[in-house]
Amino acid sequence: MIRIEPRQSSSALMTYGIPVFSAVISLLLAAIPLTLSGAPIGASYFEMFKGVFGSKFAFSEMLTRATPLIFTGLAAALAFRARLWNIGAEGQLYLGAMGAVAVGTGVFDVSGMFLIPIIMVMGCAAGASGMVIPTVLKTKFGADEVVTTLLLNFIILFFLQYMLEGPLKDPMGLGWPQSSPILDQGMLPTLMDRMRIHSGLIIALVCAVIAQFMLVRSVWGLKLRAIGENASAARHAGIRVNRTLMSAAIVSGALAGMAGVSEVAGLKGYLTSDLSPGFGYTGIVVAMLAGLSPLGVVAAAIFIASVFVGADSMSRAMGVSSYLEDLVVSTSLLCVLLGGFFARFKFVRVTQKKEVMQ
Amino acid sequence: MPAIIQMNSRKVLALNGLSKTFGSVVANRDVSLDLYRGEVLALLGENGAGKTTLMNMIFGHYMPESGSVDIEDASGVLVPLSLGNPQAAIAAGIGMVHQHFALAENLDALDNIMLGSERLNGLRRYKAAARDKVQEIMKESGLSAPLTVPVGRLTVGERQRIEILKALYRNVKILVLDEPTAVLTPQEADTLFKNIGTMTKSGLSVIFISHKLREVLAFSHRIVVLRHGAKVGEIATSQADESKIARMMVGAETEEHTRELMLPGKPILRFERVSAAGRSRRESLERIDLVVNKREILGIAGVSGNGQTALAGAISGMLGLNSGDILVDGITIKDGRPSVMVDAGVGRIPEDRHRDGIVGAMSVAENMIIECLDDQEVQRYGLLKWDAIQASAEKMSVEYDVRGPGTQAPARLLSGGNIQKLILARVFKRKPKLILANQPTRGLDMGAAADVAKRLLEARARGAGVVLISEDLDEILSLSDRIMVIHDGQLTLAKTRDRAELGLLMVGDAA
Repeated sequence: MIRIEPRQSSSALMTYGIPVFSAVISLLLAAIPLTLSGAPIGASYFEMFKGVFGSKFAFSEMLTRATPLIFTGLAAALAFRARLWNIGAEGQLYLGAMGAVAVGTGVFDVSGMFLIPIIMVMGCAAGASGMVIPTVLKTKFGADEVVTTLLLNFIILFFLQYMLEGPLKDPMGLGWPQSSPILDQGMLPTLMDRMRIHSGLIIALVCAVIAQFMLVRSVWGLKLRAIGENASAARHAGIRVNRTLMSAAIVSGALAGMAGVSEVAGLKGYLTSDLSPGFGYTGIVVAMLAGLSPLGVVAAAIFIASVFVGADSMSRAMGVSSYLEDLVVSTSLLCVLLGGFFARFKFVRVTQKKEVMQ
Repeated sequence: MPAIIQMNSRKVLALNGLSKTFGSVVANRDVSLDLYRGEVLALLGENGAGKTTLMNMIFGHYMPESGSVDIEDASGVLVPLSLGNPQAAIAAGIGMVHQHFALAENLDALDNIMLGSERLNGLRRYKAAARDKVQEIMKESGLSAPLTVPVGRLTVGERQRIEILKALYRNVKILVLDEPTAVLTPQEADTLFKNIGTMTKSGLSVIFISHKLREVLAFSHRIVVLRHGAKVGEIATSQADESKIARMMVGAETEEHTRELMLPGKPILRFERVSAAGRSRRESLERIDLVVNKREILGIAGVSGNGQTALAGAISGMLGLNSGDILVDGITIKDGRPSVMVDAGVGRIPEDRHRDGIVGAMSVAENMIIECLDDQEVQRYGLLKWDAIQASAEKMSVEYDVRGPGTQAPARLLSGGNIQKLILARVFKRKPKLILANQPTRGLDMGAAADVAKRLLEARARGAGVVLISEDLDEILSLSDRIMVIHDGQLTLAKTRDRAELGLLMVGDAA
């Protein structure tokens, strides 16, 4: 007989090993659908690897893809640490992008030194507002933020479509539902010649480092962790729970908004309603894979982006469906959730004595 | 004094050399003991002595590393019990009432009692028959509890009675009670033991775990003492006295804390017609007046669920007032939030230390500073002074004897007693003017409880006022300068220190 018992304590090996192990397992599990689709396994994995590490261009593409995932991953990780289930990063991303084009396409014709900060502040504020509303509903009326943030995504998406057909529509856009382009001086500088990789990555990395530092070393971070781990004890100790929750919501929404700013002002240049292929939702996977650690988010975002970019190039080279990338990403989430279970519990073999059965 | 059970009475349970370790911690070492038919056996020992672990091995929750358990079968022959198998233990007629209740809070008492003893594939439930049976048991045992209210809305005392009823409902032959009287009034406890006495006459054998020497001496037939996981003593109750058992438990004579008389100072806490809503009308405060002076310990005695939670909530800032005023050191508290109370100089020792006292996932050091995050010693510009916090945590751990895997380790790894010491360190470091101690020694061993008492008396000597809310009348009597009894949300000043009279006040039976 085998029984499940909780572990007394989890080791550092478990903490770091399980996400890595989950990532590897999820990649290995991709062999099953690959075989079913008739592609040679070894060559497929090689193509996937080459698609990420095969050239400078491939690698820079992967980092470009990782940039918004770092932002949305941080947004999810910080909110989840406070037990604030922000499922609305996708919507907040679009709010951020709308904020960016609202001020970045000609309202302020100033030099980049001023315009870029204006775009960023506006994008963060817009993203934050998308998280403030559900948090007010939660603290005032007890509305479950999982439901409100998730549903708000669709409201925001429809709002976006309205804006792209109306106030934000590009008069020179030949009728396409897209915004005017961000002014040249408002674009985030690129990092390498003839590559798409842009300085949004640097901002994302700086945000991750600051978030890690604040979480561990600041009073705010301590309060955030305290209300997340035990709101009752935090309240008893004099921490203003709702106030801390609201600050976490603002930071989380702002980071998701930054993902939108970075995509629109770093990459695309103008806003369309297909700016994000679900970066907001993938950010949740990134945060979980990272064990809700801000620095872990960077590693997890790079892994997920590698899977996306690698699987994309593999599907082109081998002629298999590109849906495989979604499969790997989802199995990695399942693996990490299962892994979390193994980190907390262990299996114990219970030996029965034979004479008992007489 | 109960009659000594004859050794030639039939043996119903025999533990043979049970050992159990958790990692490097030895919970039980080679423990053997026998239980006879109709006997009440008291299992005594400090916290962490291994009493609950031993009982959990009998009940199949834990698997011993070595040793065996024999239990009487239907024909009266001792047969080996299948270990690590709760179903086998239940089938063999063992019932256990845990210290931490295992009740489904959304179901009513009857459903909880029936839970697990119903056929899974039955088409209908025989609730009426079950109700009749439970009511009969209630009549017989004197234990009563509302059957139709969701258990989540009942008091701790009522929940425990349901747990005992649940065991009795299953026709147990051996009943194990883990600290059964921790939440009962003296009268209820007396009734419980009297009824256990009745039931043992009809063949029930009882093992009860306890810290309270008084009830052990009054109601058991035989006493077994555990220390550090091993059996260190076994004595017929008729030949035992308090100091003898206490010596066995702690290995040495416990020092009595003597309460020297002090002249109380000016009022430090004043309640003026305070009303505050509790979970029910019975637990709500209704126009309460209360004064606590400097250099004074005010003991609040009462059965759980009579407004203690609301009273503690009002003092600790967890519960807003409907009307009335609270004055701390002469100043009216306007917005009674927890942080306002802390800043006003109120130190709070919460009733539920796991829920309200600590953030288990955070480190011991972080838990020590969590009430003073604005202090200059802890932070500057919103950044934590990590080295200073660490150093102070180390110092406080030594000073308050907080033992565990270190100040960096998560606080949940500490034992109950050490968690309480952590809270004491946090509270007393700020030199509070007023201390609210809500059930401060519940579940603690004698050493840790004595430590709490010593700290409270020290604070009193320093000039602080103390509100001591406790269901342990012995604790109230030994520490309090004045005693008030809480019943139905009303406070009554007790003019007596007589146990029986206080007990009557606690059940609202004042003449």
